[in-house]
Amino acid sequence: MSEHVVSTKLYYAIWIALLVLTGVTAGVAFIDLGPFNTIVALTIATLKAVLVLLFFMHLKYTSEKMTSVVVISALFWLLILLALSLADYTTRPLGVN
Amino acid sequence: MATVVNPVAERENYLNQEYGVRSWLLTTDHKRIALLYLASITFFFFVGGLFALLIRLELLTPAGDLVQADTYNKLFTMHGQIMVFFFLVPSIPAVLGNFLVPLMIGARDLAFPRINLLSWYLYIIAGILMMHAVLTGGVDTGWTFYTPFSTAFSNTKVIEAGLAIFVVGFSSILTGLNFVVTIHRMRAPGMTWWRLPLFIWSMYATSIIFLLGTPVLAITLTLVIFERAFHLGIFDPTRGGDPLLFQHLFWFYSHPAVYIMILPSMGIISEIVPCFSRKRIFGYSFVAMASIGIAVLGFLVWAHHMFVAGMSIYAALIFSFLSYLVAVPSAIKVFNWTATLYKGSITFSTPLLYAFGFIGLFTMGGLTGLFLAALGVDVHVTDTYFVIAHFHYIMVGGAVMGYLGGMHFWWPKISGRMYPESLGRLAALIVFIGFNLTFFPQFILGYLGMPRRYWQYPPEFQVLNVLSTAGSTILAVGYLLPMAYFLWSMRYGKHAEPNPWGAAGLEWMTPSPPPTFNFEETPLVTWEAYDYGNIRSSQGGPG
Amino acid sequence: MSDSPAIVESHNPEQQHHFADMEQQRQASSLGMWLFLATEVMFFGGMFCAYLIYRYWYYPEFAAGSKTLDIRLGAINTAVLICSSLTVALSVRAAQFGKRKLLVTLLVATILLGLVFLGIKGVEWASKFEEHHVPGYSFHFEPQAPSHPNTKIDPQRIQIFFSLYFAMTGIHALHMVIGVGLFAVLTFYAWKGRYNSAYYTPIENAGLYWHFVDIIWIYLFPLLYLIDRKK
Repeated sequence: MSEHVVSTKLYYAIWIALLVLTGVTAGVAFIDLGPFNTIVALTIATLKAVLVLLFFMHLKYTSEKMTSVVVISALFWLLILLALSLADYTTRPLGVN
Repeated sequence: MATVVNPVAERENYLNQEYGVRSWLLTTDHKRIALLYLASITFFFFVGGLFALLIRLELLTPAGDLVQADTYNKLFTMHGQIMVFFFLVPSIPAVLGNFLVPLMIGARDLAFPRINLLSWYLYIIAGILMMHAVLTGGVDTGWTFYTPFSTAFSNTKVIEAGLAIFVVGFSSILTGLNFVVTIHRMRAPGMTWWRLPLFIWSMYATSIIFLLGTPVLAITLTLVIFERAFHLGIFDPTRGGDPLLFQHLFWFYSHPAVYIMILPSMGIISEIVPCFSRKRIFGYSFVAMASIGIAVLGFLVWAHHMFVAGMSIYAALIFSFLSYLVAVPSAIKVFNWTATLYKGSITFSTPLLYAFGFIGLFTMGGLTGLFLAALGVDVHVTDTYFVIAHFHYIMVGGAVMGYLGGMHFWWPKISGRMYPESLGRLAALIVFIGFNLTFFPQFILGYLGMPRRYWQYPPEFQVLNVLSTAGSTILAVGYLLPMAYFLWSMRYGKHAEPNPWGAAGLEWMTPSPPPTFNFEETPLVTWEAYDYGNIRSSQGGPG
Repeated sequence: MSDSPAIVESHNPEQQHHFADMEQQRQASSLGMWLFLATEVMFFGGMFCAYLIYRYWYYPEFAAGSKTLDIRLGAINTAVLICSSLTVALSVRAAQFGKRKLLVTLLVATILLGLVFLGIKGVEWASKFEEHHVPGYSFHFEPQAPSHPNTKIDPQRIQIFFSLYFAMTGIHALHMVIGVGLFAVLTFYAWKGRYNSAYYTPIENAGLYWHFVDIIWIYLFPLLYLIDRKK
């Protein structure tokens, strides 16, 4: 990680954004959006996670490419686990649970 | 023996730099830690081997007359758990990897020496837990811990064994972490990625699997332990749980685990073959990329262990196709080793004999894997001795032979002594004969229909089983011989030169055994890997 | 550096001898921590995989189970962790500027916020125990007024939701406990003046760990508490 120093202003701004997004996600949960409730909730969660990753964890400011490689690899590997497992569960004959 | 005191022996090195139990148990020197591991994994190899012998003794006769059925279940379970988790997974990385990685890249130690020591202590703690489980009743679930038997019905030490494997898993995760950081950040000046020995590439690929696969095993075993201890219902069919979910999570690690067990061995072969052909390896970059390819593709095929378990046929098709893909990088390596040997100047040293054994036996084991990847064939041979023969060809004919080849190749560097070469060749031959006699009949047995994990069998299978058991006793002799003469050599073996084989690589440019900080000065690398055109064989090689 | 003829290399007392310089040490430690976090992604990932599959299979049961969780406590806890991530980020900055007192204050604040989180979690778990929503022999589920009265809730299958609830929040809480312990150790060394602009790697790396545990909770909150809150 680089010696880059992030301003306190930016830290507070991200903090406020995270709190606002938390409120939004809790509030939207009470509105009926059908299947989109889940999509909105996960999108907001991902947005929050990205803010923490980029600004609090300094991923945006690091000069080391390996860090991004590690983060992307971890997420990709998780995707492998989830996607290929779902390949089984979503193609099983109906009536089996 | 010579009466003249060899001045080389008095030079300060990592072995004689400090004496005493504390200097070993509190060491952070990667070379000493490698030896601590060597002692520990050898112990577990013999425990696992003992269980194997008991299995083979029972199978001498068709009737279940040596032990009871429940005991037999414990024998094959503990044979598998100990051999996989306490011998095969750690062996090459923790012994040869720990010893060689810093030396091969020109570093003074691994990136995190204290974490390295922690890894060993985690291994020991796990080993104590495992031995306690073994001695106070054992485990009978099969090394695969399938639910709901392991969560709801087994009355054996599932929690303790699961905990032991969880802890030893963390030992290996930390080793993988250490290797990746070391290889990225501590290479000597001039040691670019494309100049790295292929053993380092294979350690790197293995470490990727350690890091990304083992945690899934850890959480899966944790959930099994929670289910047994706290009555959670994640795998309980009566509460809607899916036994197949356990299998998905278990095999997500345990299939890549087999690549953990074979990639390091392949790395060793890539070092031995060029040295004893006096030729640069054929297709260096292809072999390096194939290692990474095996590590990545190996994560995409796990459900081929579940073809008949009740999964969707469409998913089975996908996994079958991907399983064929993963054979390609392995095949590339076999072709490249063979091409390296072609028109080389061959010396039939002990390490090369083991390498020959590896190439032939791994190829057979690997090809039979393709039989199993075919859905139609798999229906007939899954859960039979065909599968057992398949994975023993790769694990024993492949991984263990590579390990033994590597131990012989680097023994002079590690101990500063030469082992007796003629005994080495004899032992290699005995291992080869014993191995094939043990496991080839098992291919036939499986094809004929003998199921695995059965403690009794129809009488028509007896002849092949007797052959197999006979082979296992020969194999045992083959394994005991190196133990004996390696120990002998530490006292009476000829003192080793820095480079007895005339091999390429930074580890051969430092004394045997190396000083504690590996190199007098940090090397500056200006040559390519496997520079055999320019290395003159010093001191005439093996004698 | 010294200008006397005798070459005495002065290096940072925190530099370990197998490293060439502090920069190599810092890069190695940082890469090590990120790799460790990658292993944690896969560790938690196994449970997310189980969650995904069972939610796909047993949506009504998951929805009903989710409704029994206290959304206010969950949201408060989310806010608590977000605040603790702020104090962590500010503490790294304090270390970068060598502000010892500020650093110690922020580290202590982080610990306190972490303990608040764990306290609220304890309250939630206690109420689950009282309501007999703990899987096992004494499990008993009384479905609240469902939003879809025609959907029957299987009282056995809903145990899977609660099993995952306890496993996921439990293991998350364990990571919080480890984090609090880690920060306690750092607070002690920070108070002793060990960290400054030339060496603050442990603060940085512990911060990465803490942020990661926060990110896990960022996902746990909607996945466990917000499955079906429609009126």
